[in-house]
Amino acid sequence: MLKHFHPSLEDHRIAKLAAFAIALHMLEAVVPSPLPGVKPGIANIVTLYVMCQYGFAKAAWVSLLRVLASSLLLGQFLSPGFALSLAGAGLSLACLYAGMHLPKRWFGPVSLSILAAFAHIAGQLMVVRFWLIPHAGVAYLVPVFAVAALFFGTINGLITAQLLKPKAH
Amino acid sequence: MLNLKSLHKYLLLGDWLVLLLAGLLVCLSFLSLWQNAPAAKVQISVADKVYATYSLNQAREIHVRGPLGKAVIQIAKGKARFAKSPCNSQYCVHQGWLSKAGQVAICIPNQISLALVGEAKPYDALNY
Repeated sequence: MLKHFHPSLEDHRIAKLAAFAIALHMLEAVVPSPLPGVKPGIANIVTLYVMCQYGFAKAAWVSLLRVLASSLLLGQFLSPGFALSLAGAGLSLACLYAGMHLPKRWFGPVSLSILAAFAHIAGQLMVVRFWLIPHAGVAYLVPVFAVAALFFGTINGLITAQLLKPKAH
Repeated sequence: MLNLKSLHKYLLLGDWLVLLLAGLLVCLSFLSLWQNAPAAKVQISVADKVYATYSLNQAREIHVRGPLGKAVIQIAKGKARFAKSPCNSQYCVHQGWLSKAGQVAICIPNQISLALVGEAKPYDALNY
């Protein structure tokens, strides 16, 4: 069966971009964080870039492949860490899908990045609240994660905007 | 890579609006979720159940069994902490003493969490 499968150029492109996102994800996994769960999320730059450049479907592929492959590499497939990753990625993709329809004249990559970052922590906190630690005390963590989302969302958005800028000749 | 002086070029009007709203949301979350009242009790939960609630006005060690093993929770003079935990990351232990109402320490691997409760938690009665 498999030998009749011919990957298209598009497939190759998705694979390359996903590989790049996985590399960034790995890099981030070894950098210690001052607070568990607070991470810059630099792999999301790739997702955002792919969405702006090649459309939503490819961005969804790249993002979900990254979550899956990174969890296998880190040995946390189907663990709570994987569920957190998937919930974050899933909800930020949903948010990006909605954000895509914002008028491009006024809303650039920075807006999308901030929206996605907040959706990401919202997804993760929901998993923590309703599954891992069903406890109202989780609300205490919300402000810390919100600050991180605002900060890193803005930085990642700016980097994406820079990458998307047409090269000057 | 990023030219700091030309950052504003990447920010459109709507982006500023989103930044402003997000900043407002962050401030609101701090104001509404971080109260500075001292805590009176510590509530220990295992998985999805409240395990026990103890007064903070005592010196005591409590042993709680989670899926990974036994964790030691220490109470002393209005504060509480994870003294020992069988988890790998030890984030819960490194979090140290908690003393304010609303503070929590959560050990995800061992599914044990501490939450400090103030004197006047309106729905306290529901916990017993």
